[in-house]
Amino acid sequence: MKSLHAMTRSVLGAMALALTMASTPAYAALQIKLDEGVIQPIPIAITDFTASSPRDQQTAAQVSAVVRGDLERSGLFLPLDSRSYIEKVSSFSAIPRFGDWRIIKAEGLVTGQATQLADGQLQVDFRLWDIFGEKQVVGMSFKTTPENWRRLGHLVADAIYERLTGEKGYFDTRVVFISESGPKIKRRYRLSIMDQDGANPSFLTSGDYIVLSPRFSPTMQAITYMSYERAIPSVFIFDLQTGQREVIGQYSGMTFAPRFAPDGNRVVFSYSRDNNIDVYVVDLRSRRPVRLTSDPGIDTSPSFAPDGSRIVYNSDRGGSPQLYVMGADGSGQQRISFGQGRYTTPVWSPRGDLIAFTRQSGQTFSIGVMRPDGQGERILTTSFADEGPTWSPNGRVILFTRTTAGRGNASGNSSVWSVDLTGQNLRKVLTPGEASDPAWSPLNR
Amino acid sequence: MFRVTSPFRIVCIVALAASLAACSSSEKEAPAVSTAQPSASSIKPGSADDFRVNVGDTIFFDVDQHSIRADAQSVLAKQAAWLQKYPSVRLLVEGHCDERGTREYNLALGDRRGYALKEYLVSLGVDAARLQSKSYGKERPVCAESDDSCWQQNRRGYSVISSGAGS
Repeated sequence: MKSLHAMTRSVLGAMALALTMASTPAYAALQIKLDEGVIQPIPIAITDFTASSPRDQQTAAQVSAVVRGDLERSGLFLPLDSRSYIEKVSSFSAIPRFGDWRIIKAEGLVTGQATQLADGQLQVDFRLWDIFGEKQVVGMSFKTTPENWRRLGHLVADAIYERLTGEKGYFDTRVVFISESGPKIKRRYRLSIMDQDGANPSFLTSGDYIVLSPRFSPTMQAITYMSYERAIPSVFIFDLQTGQREVIGQYSGMTFAPRFAPDGNRVVFSYSRDNNIDVYVVDLRSRRPVRLTSDPGIDTSPSFAPDGSRIVYNSDRGGSPQLYVMGADGSGQQRISFGQGRYTTPVWSPRGDLIAFTRQSGQTFSIGVMRPDGQGERILTTSFADEGPTWSPNGRVILFTRTTAGRGNASGNSSVWSVDLTGQNLRKVLTPGEASDPAWSPLNR
Repeated sequence: MFRVTSPFRIVCIVALAASLAACSSSEKEAPAVSTAQPSASSIKPGSADDFRVNVGDTIFFDVDQHSIRADAQSVLAKQAAWLQKYPSVRLLVEGHCDERGTREYNLALGDRRGYALKEYLVSLGVDAARLQSKSYGKERPVCAESDDSCWQQNRRGYSVISSGAGS
């Protein structure tokens, strides 16, 4: 539980580094265009950062390893093997020997240094070099308390990603999820949190009761989730700063499928009342729920558009589960999914332009996306059981749960996977043990 | 590991004598009924064992349905009669689903199954105040294999005595 209070992290100072050198005209601009089909990863050399004193050497190398891991997993970069390096970078202020890096086919070079400051803070400076253009593309400096050293690596990776793609990075973020253990017939579920790369995992609940479907508040200070801690399974709020958890209210039936509104003051959820499951929204200050749907079908998995004006949800009012969109006040309810199969778990992209969903068709489950008007459906992944997408804060990457089939003595396994919006770069995400229901945090700043 | 073995199949026949469809439709469809069974002679009338073994605690649902099947009606009739005989007993009725649905949708479906089970018992004269329903979605299966027979076993309504039974 030690990283609970890591949320109250010191503000990171960032400043641009300028290196005086004759600017040469760009030879081949080092950049990545995300919307152009299959992406060829850019060969990049990320050197071990140097340290101003020997005691910081290990931290410096670890920070560069974080950068390397982030950029590699993005699928946009191909970090080169350090054993192929010809030049051994020993000074952060020296201009690299570009020819040496061209020989090993590096297109980008990252150098950096770590320094322990007099006030105890750790500072990391880095530069990204364009090998063919023979110039510095970006140079910045970040600092924080030493125990948050991994964040410095994520911030460097974010800066490189942003500079080359023109889009916000997503590496300095966290993921809430459910840790699962034990056999399927007696599963243990624990609310958990970790960094986006699987580092710093910690459990937030004991595992004595079932917890499901955690989601971040827009400020990252709270998580809403569903819990069996009480006799009636209910929506809770977990405060990451205090470690306290609280039920959202006294309801006569099950409340579930919660998600914060973009304003952070309201939670939208499902409530089972008199054998009818509808979507409600509750203001966390007044605690007064407002009913948004009233048809006799199952209405669940609501998710706000990022501008707060509309809600996408799942309803079986037409006979099978499909996606519907309505105004934030429940007006204008309209079906948007018309493809083959059952559509569930819609989640609005933080960019607003797409809705991710689970589609069950035949013997498989897929993760897909469609526009809010239901057009442009694309399936990104398919397996025995893929479900529950969540978006990276820049809307470029989706995490989801993949569960394998149980066979004979082997229970099915649940794990978190990641896929790009393009459907490329499918990867298993590192989690401590089995995991499900990931939800990505907003940007950590 | 969670395979239903033959001793349980016998239990199934005892517990669900009136619901042969659930047992006979497939060799593997016998529901796993709790743990080791006490011998019939040691079962005390009005006890949890009496309910489980001599009445039957589990009914089954069709895919994505929450309506009470014909084979379940006879089980629930026995449950209702038993509850009339032991009026201090309270039941928790759980709605469960197979794994072929998403988590949140299955929570809703399990809720409907629990509610349907409860309402059926009420329609047979059981006081609603003695019954509480609860959905476990797909989170508490009794069978962990990914095949039709396990999925049928997991699409269930499970009645468990929460208080008032003799031991």
